[in-house]
Amino acid sequence: MSDKLAIVVFSGTVDRLLAAAIIASGGVAMGMDVELFLTLWGLNAFKKDSVNSNTRFSKDYEDMAPVMMQIMKNKNVPSWFEMLKKAKEIGNVKVHACAMAYDLFDMKKEDLAEIVDDVIGVGEFINIAKDAKITLFI
Amino acid sequence: MSEEKKEKIKVIDARGSFCPGPLMELIRAIKESEVGDIIEVWSTDQGSQRDIPMWAQKAGHEFLGVIHEQGYDRIRVRKKK
Repeated sequence: MSDKLAIVVFSGTVDRLLAAAIIASGGVAMGMDVELFLTLWGLNAFKKDSVNSNTRFSKDYEDMAPVMMQIMKNKNVPSWFEMLKKAKEIGNVKVHACAMAYDLFDMKKEDLAEIVDDVIGVGEFINIAKDAKITLFI
Repeated sequence: MSEEKKEKIKVIDARGSFCPGPLMELIRAIKESEVGDIIEVWSTDQGSQRDIPMWAQKAGHEFLGVIHEQGYDRIRVRKKK
């Protein structure tokens, strides 16, 4: 069985989503199974209509956002969503929506990007994460 | 393993792509290749020189070396399984 990397994606800002996507890619590259648990703003960021248009940035570095976005554009850095899609094509990446946030935001399966595999409760995620070598909260 | 079949070298130009881009491109290419094929990744990313040999060892492929060019590296790996 492969080692597991579990990430709770709580934040919906692009800087943090990018970090989550890069770490997930690293996990895949090193042959790990990657389990993402999307909750609150993290889940909100996976809505089909905003995955490619999200420009929210962490509040404490908000002044850097336009510069950062421009640098990423100039240097052709793929978006967090593209990076995650790539990671999923290459390796074993499961993307779980948190049932609580899903209900809270009155979401429907079709509101979410296709990359999201299923909707699970926190108990099930903990059950998955308890065997993980690495668990992160981003 | 002494294979007489002519060596196919597949070049992936990942120049300009940042960590972990070139490594991810390599993994994708390895998946799509035949055992024995050589993949050559072109990279401008500093991480690749360290990441790729480490990955190859872990994944069980053969790291063939790095050729330094002006402003980029050509990193070769042979698919072993």
